Amino acid sequence: MTARDTDWDGVRLHVVTGKGGTGKTTVAAALALALAHSGRRVLLIEAEGRQGIARLFDRPPLPYEERKIAIGPGEASDGRDPGGDVYALAIDPEGALLDYLHMFYGMRSAGVALTRLGMVDFATTIAPGLSDVLVTGKATEATRRRQPGSASGFAYDAVVLDAPPTGRIGRFLNVSAEVSGLAKVGPIRSHADTVANVIKSPQTAVHFVCTLEEMPVQETLDGIADIRAVPGMQVGGIFINMARPALLSQQDLKAPPDLAAMSEALHAAGLHDPGSLAAALTAELGEHARRVELADRERTELEAAGQPIYELPLIAEGIDLAALHRLAAELRDQEAA
Amino acid sequence: MSPYQENTANPRLDIDRIIDDRRTRIIVTCGSGGVGKTTTAAAIGLRAAERGRQVCVLTVDPARRLAQSMGLTSLDNTPRLVDGVDDEAGGSLHAMMLDMKRTFDEIVEAHADPARAAQILANPFYQSLSSSFAGTQEYMAMEKLGQLRRSNEWDLIVVDTPPSRSALDFLDAPERLGRFLDGRLIRLLTAPVKAGRPFGRVLNAGLSVMTGTLTKLLGAQVLRDAQTFVTAFDTMFGGFRERADATYKLLQAPGTSFLVVATPEPDALREASYFVERLDEERMPLAGLILNRVHDRIGTGPAGAESARRGAVAGRLSAARSLAAAETLEAASNGGTDTASSAGTVSSNTVSSNYVVAAAALRLHAERMNLGERERRVAGSFISTHPAVPVIEVPALPEDVHDLAGLRRIGEAFVVGFHDGSRP
Repeated sequence: MTARDTDWDGVRLHVVTGKGGTGKTTVAAALALALAHSGRRVLLIEAEGRQGIARLFDRPPLPYEERKIAIGPGEASDGRDPGGDVYALAIDPEGALLDYLHMFYGMRSAGVALTRLGMVDFATTIAPGLSDVLVTGKATEATRRRQPGSASGFAYDAVVLDAPPTGRIGRFLNVSAEVSGLAKVGPIRSHADTVANVIKSPQTAVHFVCTLEEMPVQETLDGIADIRAVPGMQVGGIFINMARPALLSQQDLKAPPDLAAMSEALHAAGLHDPGSLAAALTAELGEHARRVELADRERTELEAAGQPIYELPLIAEGIDLAALHRLAAELRDQEAA
Repeated sequence: MSPYQENTANPRLDIDRIIDDRRTRIIVTCGSGGVGKTTTAAAIGLRAAERGRQVCVLTVDPARRLAQSMGLTSLDNTPRLVDGVDDEAGGSLHAMMLDMKRTFDEIVEAHADPARAAQILANPFYQSLSSSFAGTQEYMAMEKLGQLRRSNEWDLIVVDTPPSRSALDFLDAPERLGRFLDGRLIRLLTAPVKAGRPFGRVLNAGLSVMTGTLTKLLGAQVLRDAQTFVTAFDTMFGGFRERADATYKLLQAPGTSFLVVATPEPDALREASYFVERLDEERMPLAGLILNRVHDRIGTGPAGAESARRGAVAGRLSAARSLAAAETLEAASNGGTDTASSAGTVSSNTVSSNYVVAAAALRLHAERMNLGERERRVAGSFISTHPAVPVIEVPALPEDVHDLAGLRRIGEAFVVGFHDGSRP
């Protein structure tokens, strides 16, 4: 166990949501890596079958099976930290249904027969609430799973769920409400209630991934309001992704750069045609200043939500394994994990 | 022309030609989530209206501000006239937000007698199906599109597809619903009603095992509700299937244009790629790809413009060269500060601060060049796989759209393609 405090020490199920295009899967993967330190075991679950996790970790498509996908680096400065393990699981409704039947009823062949009859189409088409329960059910099962002999007593010290996008997250997580319309009593209802007991407890937090642009910020604030409206559900952190660092102080950004001075400096740096270049770079600088100003405005809006905010830099070269580790280190430095 | 298109044979996507062609009756924008489908649909709708078309934009899940920019305040399933559209060319713009549940309710009411309709509408399975997000939304968007098209009130309908996890979902959803309603599970659930035929006994032995399993799984009440729903739904299903088929055919017709929208990101372009191939398989008419929110605008402005000249100058300064110059200036400015403090002169302080600003500008430029290079690489792989697909690139705008003026600017960008971002 780590001696270091983090913002989410009591949380074992980290649900990660975000508007499409904000890098939700990347942040979920980086968070899983960051949580995998001090010998901890972390399970990273993909809920929407796009195989984004396999691609991020440069692996072939993941089957419906928990398998080790990466080793957490631990604290780089602390030689005693052995790091931890990240396991990954890609959930699809069909696999989750078979798993559910097997685990709770010991019915594997009946499950296969039901699948052939179109039971999965039934769950996903006629009653999407049911398929959500199966997916969240698997995530909460992994969270609750005991393992005698492990330090915490649990099979996984943390589970990170790469969840559906922000627009759908409230409905996705509020399974008991979704299902109660369909099933007032019976096995599905009691399964949904078990799931809800984990999701609506302090051991679950819903994190939001966002970029500093208007629409993602608005959706994040709406999503936070949705989660807060459900008693027992806990909003986690706001992860600002693809943040571009401000290269100059506020003051320098506000003052329009002096063209002659810029030209002189570029000349001093040995650049060709410094006059034209100065004009071009000054225009770029002006654009940058405007972008920083807009980003600051969006950041202020996010701050008003009153949740911890973490910032992850834009990695212009694209996300590979090295970049994931870099983002994970950022998350640890900012005490998100 | 953009840097991506210079090196390839991809034709340029000509949006004005599509919207000016009176034979174009439906434009569908599709792509993965977060690429700007809805904004694109709205901008195309506005541009078409101002060029003289009678346009209806059907939007599925607009951001609040975008909806407000078109004067949509509520989700009322009725096309509303958008104010502030330039009608000099004789066009008009209507816009509506899809109300998925209401659309579904209307189909039920149209296809079942009142008593049965009431029974279906009250069934918990129907309520879950008709208000849930996945699948139904796709189906209802297509249904509404069919309705609007048949009404013949508009000569151009622009529709954006639902924010599916996958760009292909909306093509598959009606089919999936149909397959399900046609499937064996349905026959199983409705079996007790049809018992007593020859071989019924043998079949029913197997069925009752399955029914038993289902009861155990779902509970008796859920199974009963599902059976009631399916039985009631079964009677109106013929009409349902027919409508889905009709809409599907409409999408294959020559008057339809599919525009695939993507950002220069690997995930978005992968989806776009699947979509292009899928449309081809389904023989649906693809008009081209809108590559949205492209950051690299260096040296790509309209010819002759001052901004383009500036861009061309900047474009010749590579990231590596720019970073090296930044380092030179930073080193000089650190050295300069030392000299300045010892000499106590104001002028070298100023020089030093000028160097800092110039170095920052150079670093910023290097970052831009790198980002542009990455976007070019990512887009290049799409373009080389689909050399025949017309492409247009639209620059990233710093701010989201709040009003018609913003939509109009995006519409202009479709035509100009790449223009300098310093334009307001």
